[in-house]
Amino acid sequence: MGITRDEVAHLARLSRISVTDHELDALAPQLEAILSAVARVAEVAAADIPPTSHAVPLTNVFRPDVARPSLPAADALAAAPAAQGGRFRVPRILDPDE
Amino acid sequence: MSTAAPASALPSFADATARYEPVIGLETHVELGTVSKMFCGCATAFGAEPNSQVCPVCLGLPGALPVVNEAAVRFAVLIGLALNCDIASWCRFARKNYFYPDMPKNFQISQYDEPLCTNGWLDVEVNGETHRVGITRVHMEEDTGKSLHVGGATGRIHGATHSLVDFNRAGIPLVEIVTEPDIRSPEVARAYVDELRELIRALGVSDVRMEQGSLRCDANVSLRRRPAPGEPDAPFGTRTETKNLNSLRSVERAARYEITRQAALLDDGERIRQETRHFDEGVGRTSPGRSKEEATDYRYFPEPDLAPLAPSAEFIEELRASLPELPAARRARLVTEHGYTPRDLVDLGNAGVLDLVEQTVAAGATPPAARKWWLNELARRAADAEIAPDELAITPADVARITVLIAGGELTDALARKVIDGVLAGEGTPDEVVAGRGLAVVADDGALTAAVDAAIAAAPDIAEKVRGGKINAVGPLVGAVMKAMRGQADAAGVRTLLLERLGAS
Repeated sequence: MGITRDEVAHLARLSRISVTDHELDALAPQLEAILSAVARVAEVAAADIPPTSHAVPLTNVFRPDVARPSLPAADALAAAPAAQGGRFRVPRILDPDE
Repeated sequence: MSTAAPASALPSFADATARYEPVIGLETHVELGTVSKMFCGCATAFGAEPNSQVCPVCLGLPGALPVVNEAAVRFAVLIGLALNCDIASWCRFARKNYFYPDMPKNFQISQYDEPLCTNGWLDVEVNGETHRVGITRVHMEEDTGKSLHVGGATGRIHGATHSLVDFNRAGIPLVEIVTEPDIRSPEVARAYVDELRELIRALGVSDVRMEQGSLRCDANVSLRRRPAPGEPDAPFGTRTETKNLNSLRSVERAARYEITRQAALLDDGERIRQETRHFDEGVGRTSPGRSKEEATDYRYFPEPDLAPLAPSAEFIEELRASLPELPAARRARLVTEHGYTPRDLVDLGNAGVLDLVEQTVAAGATPPAARKWWLNELARRAADAEIAPDELAITPADVARITVLIAGGELTDALARKVIDGVLAGEGTPDEVVAGRGLAVVADDGALTAAVDAAIAAAPDIAEKVRGGKINAVGPLVGAVMKAMRGQADAAGVRTLLLERLGAS
């Protein structure tokens, strides 16, 4: 059993994406199909193969603590949908009933 | 929303804690004092223009890749070692996924089930009693951006119409230090944060300025019924988490308020709702914040863009060997070596003069004299000038020299204050000020004797009273002599001399 319709609705809420009932009906089986496809990796990952989180076998990859020039603030804000007073302007975060 | 108990219905703190035992655990975030951010080279200076210390990495632009700041790892290991923790020989960063505009990547790089440091403790002293607070973990993460919420009441997110975000703080290295639920009173909670702050300051890995947010505290508070004699402890109650306490006083006040609020709800047979709360410093009360997402909702997974950390035993031992003297050891030494009482150390610490006093003693002052001048006169001068004592234009060596001159009878306390005036005014060393202002105590008996005789001659009625045995009537004569000597005489010596001349000694 993979992902349920309720779980997709929950994920959509966490991601602040509004999803209609119709879209949920369509998305849940599609995500289920994707997860099943990925889950096939379990068939070859035997107990003697440790899980990995990184493609190369390195540890302790560091940079020295040295400051480098940042982007000019105007450049940083250039792609923002809205800006105000040098800051990124974002829509209301919480619904009034939250 | 949970029931907001009106303030009038709350039991007193003493009443609440007589029936319920508070159980407190603290999560403290400390910004590390690195020059650059955790995963990119942007500067970390406080107070820069908004969004002037940002780059593709800390803005979460597509394709940008993080690289770990080596100094941040060293600082975190130092904190772990100073807190008596085990340091992991291998651990990873994790993505904490959440959708919120203070992290432009939509996840925060943190650590989850593999923290860098675990299983430590910190001893905290309150009223002469030592409380050992267990440290569950110290993990590394990146700070978030700073939001201004516009359109609602008092800048809170509730009711805001939009928010403005500055990402200068996003990506500054943080450690989160999590305690066991070992704390049983708001006083100990406050003392823990105070001791932790001193410890981190001594390590030199953060400026730990709570008012600037470089040390922030979340308090988890729950209550459980006090057991009857012979009964086992009750299980822990449901806790609330009060976020972002940014002063020692707020830590204590917020915990006290939560204890009385929860006691009122439990008294009414209500349940405590597990939630995040916000502390309003103005009214001293907490109120519900945004609803707490379950840990599983963060969908943590190992950060695929970063290689694991594997601190070697040599690296850890090298850092352990480099640990400076820690506050508890230093206090013990100051008590043994200098004879200060624990109370003295609290006073000196609160006045911000402990380092200065120690340096003044090292420069030749006696411990009581160093304590006296820094704690009273100099702390007051600093307060008047609205600066920290160590910003005064007088060195510990200057202060030591002044105390030596006093001990040698060359200065009185009153003259010493004038010498301090001169040093602070940039007139040179204490000896230069004494010479320049002509401040040395006049030990020339001729001048002093003449002034004494003149004062007696000028006030024959007072002189007669003193001769008649009214010793205390001599006061005005002492004043007259001191005035004639422009303060450069020792008042006690003048009094003795007057009484001798009047045959009343």
